[in-house]
Amino acid sequence: MEWYWLPEYLPRFAEGLWLTIQLLVISIIIGMSLAIPIGLVQVTGPRPLAWLAKGFCTIVRGTPLLIQLWLIYYGVGSLFPSIPGIRESFLWPILRDAFPYAILAFSISVAGYEGEIMRGAFRGVPKGELEAARAIGMTPFQILRRVWLPRALQNVFPTLTGEFILTLKATPLAATITIYEAFGISSIVRQETYRIYEPLLFVAFLYLCLAAIMILIFRYFENKIPKRAS
Amino acid sequence: MERKKPSKNYGKTLEVNELHKSYGELEVLKGVSLSAQEGDVVTMIGASGSGKSTFLRCVNLLELPTAGEIKLKGEAVEFKNGKEHLVPSNKRQVERFRSHLGMVFQGFNLWQHMTVMQNVIEGPIQVLKKPKAEALELAEKILNRVGLWDKRNEYPAFMSGGQQQRAAIARALAMEPSVMLFDEPTSALDPELVGEVLKVIQSLAEEGRTMIMVTHEMKFARDVSTEVIYLHEGIIEEQGPPSQVFNNPKSDRCKQFVQSVH
Repeated sequence: MEWYWLPEYLPRFAEGLWLTIQLLVISIIIGMSLAIPIGLVQVTGPRPLAWLAKGFCTIVRGTPLLIQLWLIYYGVGSLFPSIPGIRESFLWPILRDAFPYAILAFSISVAGYEGEIMRGAFRGVPKGELEAARAIGMTPFQILRRVWLPRALQNVFPTLTGEFILTLKATPLAATITIYEAFGISSIVRQETYRIYEPLLFVAFLYLCLAAIMILIFRYFENKIPKRAS
Repeated sequence: MERKKPSKNYGKTLEVNELHKSYGELEVLKGVSLSAQEGDVVTMIGASGSGKSTFLRCVNLLELPTAGEIKLKGEAVEFKNGKEHLVPSNKRQVERFRSHLGMVFQGFNLWQHMTVMQNVIEGPIQVLKKPKAEALELAEKILNRVGLWDKRNEYPAFMSGGQQQRAAIARALAMEPSVMLFDEPTSALDPELVGEVLKVIQSLAEEGRTMIMVTHEMKFARDVSTEVIYLHEGIIEEQGPPSQVFNNPKSDRCKQFVQSVH
């Protein structure tokens, strides 16, 4: 094993790691804010919206993330340059960059998987607790905000933790569309030093650390959830 | 001991006229009326399936009646006709009505993600828009009264059924409702826990709260009610002061029911 290259590339790994974290956190935030309404309409209706949400989840969950990512980057992304004048517009720096396409693809993926989980989560909240909220005079939005959503999230919290860690481990796919996140940097090291195993081992170790940190953070919140007695 | 109605006439606090409720072909309530003045304790008794719980749930519109009229302090719920049942035409009014009707459920239905204290102050803060300090002050009084002050930071899942039901009563009381509605409040409890809940309800009756209660506790109904209603298959079969309903019922069916449950 040769590690002489490591000090030289450490700063680049730091940058890559930072990109990985950004990609993960932003995608989870956007994805979850989509997943909540996607899960909710499947329980409350109206029917057409429920079908739409169900269809979305089925397609996202039924196709490989790599293909979704490439369809969005090479497909949607290649449509923009053909629009006249767009290269001069203020949008171009965003549209030219690969990162927003990765955010879009990962957010959609999170929305699809977690939307399905949130459907079950909303359905699993005991009807009586929602009835008590209605009986006390809450508006539908208050019921959602104060009782239904927090209870639903509480029920699926451990499941969501697992899902987010799976998302973390899917982020190396972004390297295939020119995003030099942590894994992308290890590829650069391989190309420049011809060391194959060491950079891979190192980057695997980085993901392990990230996953461990995530688990610790989520465990902290999970411990705040009251457990059922008995 | 039978409680007397307050001599002064306060007018009707709650008035329900000719309430009908059908589920498809099945008519569960066939025109049930009830009125309660301030301080009245009306208990509804009857076999399972007689419609008494459905009636109570219609009063605060958790179920929507097919026909009828519901009035709280003289103000009627505004309805329009729907496909299967009446539909309230003013959602704000419904929410306001419900905030005046303190509902206690058979299954407690406490919010499991909140402590007892959070359960109790939730309604006053969110629905009545009270400042938190004021809500906490009131909650302290109420929790002391139901004997749960030292359990205030406990989550419902860690408490016995009797404690949970008392917490649920505290949650309803915190709204300072005009009428308390009890839907079989002791039916889900272990026998040894029934007493502590009935004691709380009795103390509420004694301080002159207006209450409608669906129950199977005949002795309790006899002791605290100002009026007892015996419901059979969606119709009021017998109605009157407890002494009449329990001792001299006009209806044979009521006589049989009262004797069989004793």
